[in-house]
Amino acid sequence: MNRVALKQGGGGRAMRALIEKVFVRDFATLPQHELNGGVGISAMDDGAAIKLGDDWLVITTDSHVIHPIFFPGGDIGRLSISGTVNDLAMMGATRVLGLTCSVILEEGFSLEWLEVIQRSMVEACIESNAPVVTGDTKVMGRGELDGIVINTTGIGLTRTLVRDNGLSAGDRIIVTGSIGEHGLAVMAARHGIEIDGDLLSDVAPMNSMIATIVGDVTAMKDPTRGGVSSALHEMASKSGVGIVLDERAVPVLPAVRAVGELLGIDPLHVANEGKALLGVRAGAAQDVLARLHQHPLGRRAAIIGTCVAERPGSIVLDTGFGKRLLAEPEGEPLPRIC
Amino acid sequence: MIDTPLQFRDPALAHAMAATLKRLVEQLDRPAAVMHVCGSHEQAIAKFGLRSLFPKALDVIMGPGCPVCVTDVPEVDEGVLLARQGVRLATFGDMLRVPGTVASLADAQADGAKIDIIYSPRQAVEIARNTTDEVVLFASGFETTAVATAAVILDDPPPNFSVLSAHKYIPPVMEIVAEMPGSRIEGFLAAGHAAVITGSAVFEPFVERNRVPVVIAGFEPMDILAGLVELVDLILAKTPRVVNMFPRCVTREGNLAAQEQLWRVFRPIGGRWRGIAHVPNGNLRLRDEFAHVDARKRFTIDLPSLWDFAPPALARQCICGDIMAGIRNPRDCRLFNRECVPENPIGACMVSNEGTCKIWHLYGGVPDLEASA
Repeated sequence: MNRVALKQGGGGRAMRALIEKVFVRDFATLPQHELNGGVGISAMDDGAAIKLGDDWLVITTDSHVIHPIFFPGGDIGRLSISGTVNDLAMMGATRVLGLTCSVILEEGFSLEWLEVIQRSMVEACIESNAPVVTGDTKVMGRGELDGIVINTTGIGLTRTLVRDNGLSAGDRIIVTGSIGEHGLAVMAARHGIEIDGDLLSDVAPMNSMIATIVGDVTAMKDPTRGGVSSALHEMASKSGVGIVLDERAVPVLPAVRAVGELLGIDPLHVANEGKALLGVRAGAAQDVLARLHQHPLGRRAAIIGTCVAERPGSIVLDTGFGKRLLAEPEGEPLPRIC
Repeated sequence: MIDTPLQFRDPALAHAMAATLKRLVEQLDRPAAVMHVCGSHEQAIAKFGLRSLFPKALDVIMGPGCPVCVTDVPEVDEGVLLARQGVRLATFGDMLRVPGTVASLADAQADGAKIDIIYSPRQAVEIARNTTDEVVLFASGFETTAVATAAVILDDPPPNFSVLSAHKYIPPVMEIVAEMPGSRIEGFLAAGHAAVITGSAVFEPFVERNRVPVVIAGFEPMDILAGLVELVDLILAKTPRVVNMFPRCVTREGNLAAQEQLWRVFRPIGGRWRGIAHVPNGNLRLRDEFAHVDARKRFTIDLPSLWDFAPPALARQCICGDIMAGIRNPRDCRLFNRECVPENPIGACMVSNEGTCKIWHLYGGVPDLEASA
């Protein structure tokens, strides 16, 4: 019997294949004319967009599971609000109309922990100016669930809709800050690796930063699971361009570089929860960069690549020494054992 | 980059070094092939995109430098049989998916066998101290790792601890590769970390016999480029000798205390390396005085019970052997990146992080991308 494998939730090629084969194929056959030329399920974008008068109504949903649920720099509560706010922002909807919050708990889960998680959610809502307007709670038996799962759905309005497929040759790629912190902080916590100095998840709602530059982007995506590599591959392949990535320009904190080398994991393949990849016209790149630098979340923003007509769908990594193709991760990267 | 680049990773220096390498290869005025015998060298070459800096006429081949990949099928079978007997098997994660005759350790684990993933031999001893189960360390690796195994054996392990050694010894296999019919290898890049233990002198008899130079190199981009420059220089000068280009770590004698422990516990015997050949003195087995910690002596391992079996058709197409011998590369394999991927490895080279196929897969599968975008 064929069964679902863990890697099919890892954010890489295996997950995309599962979604395409099982869900999108069938859902896409249903009438989606109410989208009025907007974005539906077959686009496999960060969310959907439905035309409402002069505006676009953007809808996105995300279920959050993470181990450990408390990690350096955040917890599942902060993650579940930020993740959905960011998915809305990635389509241009930086003003959040409302969020839903569904929580599924395992019998025996600590109430104290739940209250900490709840406070984190409220904090993230205040930061992103996003109200939770409705919710749902379920409890499952011991062992039927690993602690807690939080689903949030968000709706937002925007005049300008941003897609992940709008890159053209000549566009510059900007990353809004240093990469790899979330994934490596969580992995270090999971494997009990103690590090001197700070390695904190970057989990944060980005909508206030994105609002300052949203009018100037040609494409946008947040490099969550699968990291910068997976997100750039998706943007390049949907846009029909190649991307030349300058590895030396990619901002990476020393702690991330060190832990990455220790575990044998490339920060380019690791999840971020407070960073965005932007495509911008070459002429606008410096101006967008300057605006990002003024926002607390965008201080380390950098131009890291250029779109080219050659090798559509591929990412060419210029290491400074030589060039190679960047591989798209298949599933979640595992720490090197030996 | 926010942190200051390491000196060993200076791209400007690397390009200057690459220009020197190119000039030397031009002086040679013919194509040449050199071999390194270490997964960590291949990792660095692939990760930093160094192959695009190498001159076209210089073929830099990865030899049998992955200990997990050359672990032979019957050795995996021994581990599987022990695990099925109910002992707790402690091993490195890379070993889990290496195909045996009928099953890998991962298969045995799925069927209920107790297998612990460890990062160092000492962890296996810790596991043994905290259980009444028989714990067997299924030990793989070259002389570098064998030293760590020897150290725990000499450090009074608990009575329920024993070792199934699949350790291998690199110097003899270099002879095999050098003497292979059709071998084009004119020089070897030796692994710096192994030489930390063995010393540079271990390669001197090899150079005498085979008249090819050996250069010991570290693992940063500059180490590798400088090692290749030295190697081609030696080929040009027709003066084969051992040159230590990793003097910040390697001495001529090596780590004598570690060598003493290594040879007190292990003796070299001949055995098959997967895909390569029978390698005289290539396997490290426990000496008789350590029979009490030798899993092969402590347990009955009925190998022939597994062998009434024909390998699956796909495995017969695998060219891992030729890849490790340096005759072909992963792109010559019709399984590479199609049926054979890290999640479902057909051959051993796709299993370990040190395997050529796994490394090429991880770093884009096209290691010699042209300088143009």
